[in-house]
Amino acid sequence: MSLFKEFFKGFYDENPVFRLALGLCPALAVSNSVQNAVGMGAAATFVLLCSNFIVSLIRKGVPKKIRIPIYIVVIATFVTIVDLAMAGFAPDLHKSLGIFVPLIVVNCVILGRAEAFAGKNNVLYSLFDGLGMGIGFTLALTVVGVVRELLGDGKLWGIPIMGANFEPVLLFILPPGAFLTLGLFLGLFNWIDSRMKK
Amino acid sequence: MENKLFVSSSPHITDKESIPKIMYGVTLSLVPAFIGAIYFFGIQSLWVVLVGVLSAVATEGVIQKLMKKPITITDGSAILTGVLLAFNVPAEVPLWIPAVGSMFAIAVGKIPFGGLGYNPMNPALLGRAFLLASWPTHMTIFKTAPTGGTLSGIDAITNATPLNVYRQAKDAIANQATLPAENVQEAYNAMSQLSDSYWNLFTGKIGGCLGETSVLLLLIGAVYLIYKRYISLKIPLSYIVTVALLTWIFGGTEGLFSGDPIFHVLSGGLMLGAFYMATDMVTSPVTYKGRIYFGIGCGILTVVIRLVGGYPEGVSYSILLMNLTVPLIDRYTKPKIFGEVKQK
Repeated sequence: MSLFKEFFKGFYDENPVFRLALGLCPALAVSNSVQNAVGMGAAATFVLLCSNFIVSLIRKGVPKKIRIPIYIVVIATFVTIVDLAMAGFAPDLHKSLGIFVPLIVVNCVILGRAEAFAGKNNVLYSLFDGLGMGIGFTLALTVVGVVRELLGDGKLWGIPIMGANFEPVLLFILPPGAFLTLGLFLGLFNWIDSRMKK
Repeated sequence: MENKLFVSSSPHITDKESIPKIMYGVTLSLVPAFIGAIYFFGIQSLWVVLVGVLSAVATEGVIQKLMKKPITITDGSAILTGVLLAFNVPAEVPLWIPAVGSMFAIAVGKIPFGGLGYNPMNPALLGRAFLLASWPTHMTIFKTAPTGGTLSGIDAITNATPLNVYRQAKDAIANQATLPAENVQEAYNAMSQLSDSYWNLFTGKIGGCLGETSVLLLLIGAVYLIYKRYISLKIPLSYIVTVALLTWIFGGTEGLFSGDPIFHVLSGGLMLGAFYMATDMVTSPVTYKGRIYFGIGCGILTVVIRLVGGYPEGVSYSILLMNLTVPLIDRYTKPKIFGEVKQK
């Protein structure tokens, strides 16, 4: 086990969205534009990093039977910080992400990492794990967001790039487009995986 | 199928029918409606259908080539999907619409599930749903004058589909307190004139999607399908009867039982949907009882969408939704095995 490995596993091998299929709710709901996707990814990464750090620090003092509520309290603390900070410094983003910022509390990537990794490993490893997973989550959301914004709106990061004659495929910024894009990406990564094993 | 001896599991029934034969038979039965479309909407219909078919066949061929799977474009199923998709778009759409729709129908609706026989939903309807959600402006504009004129010499076709007119009138009557009196009067007039349009609805001299307008021509094709026993009457009949009953009871503006069932049965895509889409062998139940439940379900959903939903027409969505219930319907309508005694 090396720090390097713990950091990079979240990028591809254990990518939370594409490989572990965790955190699909925000991946579906706020990936309708690249801006939203990156904003959500950054918020989740911050919470993940901080919660992994605290959970790892207190892991020896946490009674096993009530560990989940304790993790939730830790996570909720940081989500509140993100929520209020975002409302203060990036009100537009906060408005377009809406209910999905407070919902980071129940994002299974974060609780999953606390339970599966930070609760069992030391602080340094947990920090690298959290950062890697957070970046992997952000990347996944961004990839889905790029496809959906490009096809559904003809834009990238709010800038029109598909030309004036392009007629946006509205479906892709609607919920069915999220399921479709995410499903096809999951299929693609499974296919790549099966090809690599051969 | 060339081998004289082949081993398979039961039932050991041999039949002269094959997938290509049925697919081409169904396509053939759509020819009258296709000729009708050219007659009513102009030569543009021919291009729309052609592009739909070519795109469906090309998509299937290219994907199967890339996947190194046997190429099955000659079995006619892709052609049928292309035709049905083209029948479900307005005749005046830009030609890339049927192309993209067919591509979506095959590449997302059919191949990923395993190809012909495994698709849970009717690919052509899925393509239509995709087009309607993505480009609603193109999919709901029914132009008044077809470019180049039509063979029939009609130089103007009603702007809105009859169902649109009905829907607007119904909504106006429901909200008459907030509308000016002349609008409400207009709506009542429109409602009372529904029965004047029966003949136009029956022959297809109305606005609408390319292949759905002419009840007469679709019925000619349907008779052929029933004669060849490619479809059973259970689904279309239970579907249409349900729509007629429910619209008679709830479709009127003067309380219960004041609706106009004939108008509702003849208008929109009901005939095309009931005879050609809902009866798709892959996506409809196999049990006899199940087919009747399936038809009733489609009918209820269609009426709910037409009368209270967000769209004027609900045939395509209702069939898609019922397609998803097919495994469940089949499971609960499994016929009793002969001689079986019910377990207590």
